[in-house]
Amino acid sequence: MIRLEKRPTPSRAWNIGAPILAVVLTMIAGGVMFALLGQDPVEAIRVIFWDPLFHERFAAFSRPQLLVKAGPLILIAIGLALGFRAGIWNIGAEGQYIMGALFGAAFGLALYPSESPLIFPAMVIAGALGGWAWAMIPAILKTRFRTNEILVSLLLVYVAEAILASAATGWLRNPEGMGFPGSRDLARHPGTDNPEVIAGTGMHWGVITAFIAVIAAYVLLNRHVLGYQIKLAGQAPRAARFAGVNPGRLVILCLGISGVLAGMAGLFEVSGPAGQITIDFNVGYGFTAIIVAFLGRLHPIGILLAGLLMALTYIGGELAQLMLGVPASAIQAFQGMLLFFLLALDVLANYRIKRAREVVA
Amino acid sequence: MKHLKTLLAVGAVAAAAALPATAQEEPFTVGFIHVGSTGDMGWSFTHDQGRIAMDEHFGDAVETVMAESVAEGADAERVMTQMILGGADMIVATSFGFGPAVNAVAEQFPDVYFEHATGFMRDHPNVSTYNARFYEGRAVTGHIAGHMTESNIVGYIGSYPIPTVIRGMNSAFLHAREVNPDVEFRMIFVGTWFDPALEADAAQALIDQGADVILQHTDSTAPHAVSQEAGTFAFGQASDMAQFKPAPRITSVIDNWGPFYIDRVQAAMDGTWEQQDAWEGFAEERIILGEITGPVPDEVRASALALRDSIASGEYHPFTGPINMQDGTPWLAEGETPEDGPLAGMNFFVEGITAELQN
Amino acid sequence: MIVDPISLMVALIVVSTPLLLAAIGELVVEKSGVLNLGVEGMMIIGAVTGYIAAVETGSVTLAFVAGMIGGLLLSSIFAVLTQLLLSNQVATGLALTLFGLGLSALLGVGYGGTPMPPVRDIFPQVMQDIPVIGPILFGHSAMIYLAVLLVAAVWYVLTHTRAGLVLRAVGESHEAAHALGYKVIRIRMLAILFGGACAGLSGAFLSVARVQNWIDGMTAGAGWIALALVVFASWKPWRLLIGAYLFGGIAALQLRLQAAEIGVPVALLDASPYLITILVLAVISSDKSRLAMNAPAALGKVFHASS
Repeated sequence: MIRLEKRPTPSRAWNIGAPILAVVLTMIAGGVMFALLGQDPVEAIRVIFWDPLFHERFAAFSRPQLLVKAGPLILIAIGLALGFRAGIWNIGAEGQYIMGALFGAAFGLALYPSESPLIFPAMVIAGALGGWAWAMIPAILKTRFRTNEILVSLLLVYVAEAILASAATGWLRNPEGMGFPGSRDLARHPGTDNPEVIAGTGMHWGVITAFIAVIAAYVLLNRHVLGYQIKLAGQAPRAARFAGVNPGRLVILCLGISGVLAGMAGLFEVSGPAGQITIDFNVGYGFTAIIVAFLGRLHPIGILLAGLLMALTYIGGELAQLMLGVPASAIQAFQGMLLFFLLALDVLANYRIKRAREVVA
Repeated sequence: MKHLKTLLAVGAVAAAAALPATAQEEPFTVGFIHVGSTGDMGWSFTHDQGRIAMDEHFGDAVETVMAESVAEGADAERVMTQMILGGADMIVATSFGFGPAVNAVAEQFPDVYFEHATGFMRDHPNVSTYNARFYEGRAVTGHIAGHMTESNIVGYIGSYPIPTVIRGMNSAFLHAREVNPDVEFRMIFVGTWFDPALEADAAQALIDQGADVILQHTDSTAPHAVSQEAGTFAFGQASDMAQFKPAPRITSVIDNWGPFYIDRVQAAMDGTWEQQDAWEGFAEERIILGEITGPVPDEVRASALALRDSIASGEYHPFTGPINMQDGTPWLAEGETPEDGPLAGMNFFVEGITAELQN
Repeated sequence: MIVDPISLMVALIVVSTPLLLAAIGELVVEKSGVLNLGVEGMMIIGAVTGYIAAVETGSVTLAFVAGMIGGLLLSSIFAVLTQLLLSNQVATGLALTLFGLGLSALLGVGYGGTPMPPVRDIFPQVMQDIPVIGPILFGHSAMIYLAVLLVAAVWYVLTHTRAGLVLRAVGESHEAAHALGYKVIRIRMLAILFGGACAGLSGAFLSVARVQNWIDGMTAGAGWIALALVVFASWKPWRLLIGAYLFGGIAALQLRLQAAEIGVPVALLDASPYLITILVLAVISSDKSRLAMNAPAALGKVFHASS
């Protein structure tokens, strides 16, 4: 019988080794799945993990795309992780992302056709406000009425989607779009566009903001009293209360920060890579970011790496569809497997495997 | 989008450098990109059927690649670019929302042909758009619905209040009214393209509100399952939905993209491909009327087929005046038919429909 | 009357059933202290395995059993990962949904569009014809009654049996439960498997009875609503029934109001089930006279026996 023994402190070697081992195991298990589907397993794995980074024809294009794809995931996950650490469950970042995009886009379009360089920064603020306001609904309901934030934040995603649809088909519809749904193109209009800051790198303002958020969260968690309060509230709520942590204030702050970051992610997306408000503008970043947050063990650097890894599997998965004809569903299942292994092997960092003589439940 | 230009150019050079060596023996490659799963049994499924038909027609001369469940916007742009870097000579993008991405990528790759379904943006000479005149099919299903309803209430499940859906509702309504002056339409917009359970609920709601014939502009068979139980009628949408024959499915309007893809790929290979805005219907067999089954009386079957034939021959346009807008404002004068442009962007209900468009 | 109340009652029962089936399973899981966000994934696997079984065997009963087995098997991955390998529950649940959506599409290739055996109502037509109560109480197929019975059974087991007491103890404090000699891990794994089977049954109900087809991704987010309902119910079975009927009722009502042309913007009506659920919960939870939220204290926390 094997049993686990908790390590006094997490193993540094396994902190790095476990994810690597997980990827290797995923390659084996995923390879078996691809083989069952009639694919060459080695080639499929190579296309997913290697080609986006190093293929002579694709890499120059797909490497920067990694940042475009990872940017919003990281930005949202950083905000969520603060709340998750404090035991505050914002499951509705997707809704805050939508509202950020809507607020920001509506602001920019209200000033159309002005091309003032002040518009984009103001749109970012409007986007942040939109996400913040949407997150304040569960925050206030929680602090005033003790309403569970999981339910409120999650259900508000559907409300945001309904508002998005009415915007795309109605009040934000492009007046020159011949009646078709969808707003004006923000990305192709000077003033409202979110440009690439360094040409050829995929680094638009959203990616840069994501990097800044990583650093800020790192500093916050390690150097700031709020970071200490967040960690304490998550680990020992009673102790936190004795230490003078105001739980209501923490709820407002954590939901607020994650709302602001998700809202900004939405704004950067709608004014850059997506380009316009459409009925199906949101593509699930808000939910995937929850995975990214935990995959990164709620640590800013971990989230950065997890976001990039997720982006790699998305882009590699697309390449596998194109080059090998692997169905999209197989890629999804493969991503699921990768997550299973990554999450399962985390155990090695925190626990030692021991052989036990006696059976212990 | 815009800021990707430079690196797209880099990629293009790389692709160009890689291609010529083998270009002559390589088959013509067509990349298909779908917003949904090809297992959706509806829109993306029928386009994939078209791809398969085209692939079989050309054999080794043409190769197809496919990406499904691709989100509109940045993801679509990336997937199309990767397809081209991988050697695609033509891109077929099968969702309206791919429009901006199609045009952005088309600008980077002027030698690649683009076919964009249901779109209207053709900013570059290598972008064509295509669509089917589904409203022609809806004229026929509306005609049958008008005859078949006994309660004089026809239910209609729509996704969103957008032109393609609104146009179909108008067409079905006009032709139901033509044969049954007492008929009324009840509309539900479910606010999604894809939620079979919600479609079932909507069908039940319409039946409870008195409807005994259900039309739908969503792709699942859920309304048929509900209709089967309730003893009401429904129509196959996008595919034949033959599993519900002979009732509740009494006929269907089938999307038939294969021949179109064959023509366009052939034209591209021959060097005769030109930019176009194809909007084809019964005449070109872009849509096909499925078998009209037993519950429909013979004379109705005959008149429905006659209606289809007159539309196919060009003798009759489903929107032939006099037609007023909902508020009574004249839209088409006696004998007048609309231009394709305004028809494509149709955003109002015609006179007689009682539901209001609110969005 | 713009909306017929009897057909509305009938509809809300039907609309709520898949939500109720999935949610009652998740309620048991969460009562044991485990948060499984993979309901959607387990549902869709149940939908595909149920449909395949219906096509292959022609039996509706076997289809529902197959749906349960499918959901149960998928949940076993979650059980092993979170209970034996102590992985994070939130992330593992989300991964389970991703995996389930992908796997179901792979399994279902080629099955869509096959005719289904009919699902019959269980009560005779005479009873269904009784005015008012006939259609509401007797006009359904077996699964709809089973869902309600399941709620009753879960309520009974949780509140009136030793097994329920142990399950709740484990969910409140695994340390204490462990100290008392209960097999925390084993109990939680069983709860997770039960939740998987319920979600799978819910999915099979959708594909076999409601839509009568297999379509990729056909659960379309119902698993998420089921999760929200468990929270809405404050982890109480009967309140779950009320919550599911409230949500299903508003959903059914708003569709009827659209059809009745009452002139309210469609977006508002489409959003109304979510908005009203939030509002009602806010009102309930603001009532300070009762213990508003009785979330299991150990919910989502990893248990590792240190002794």
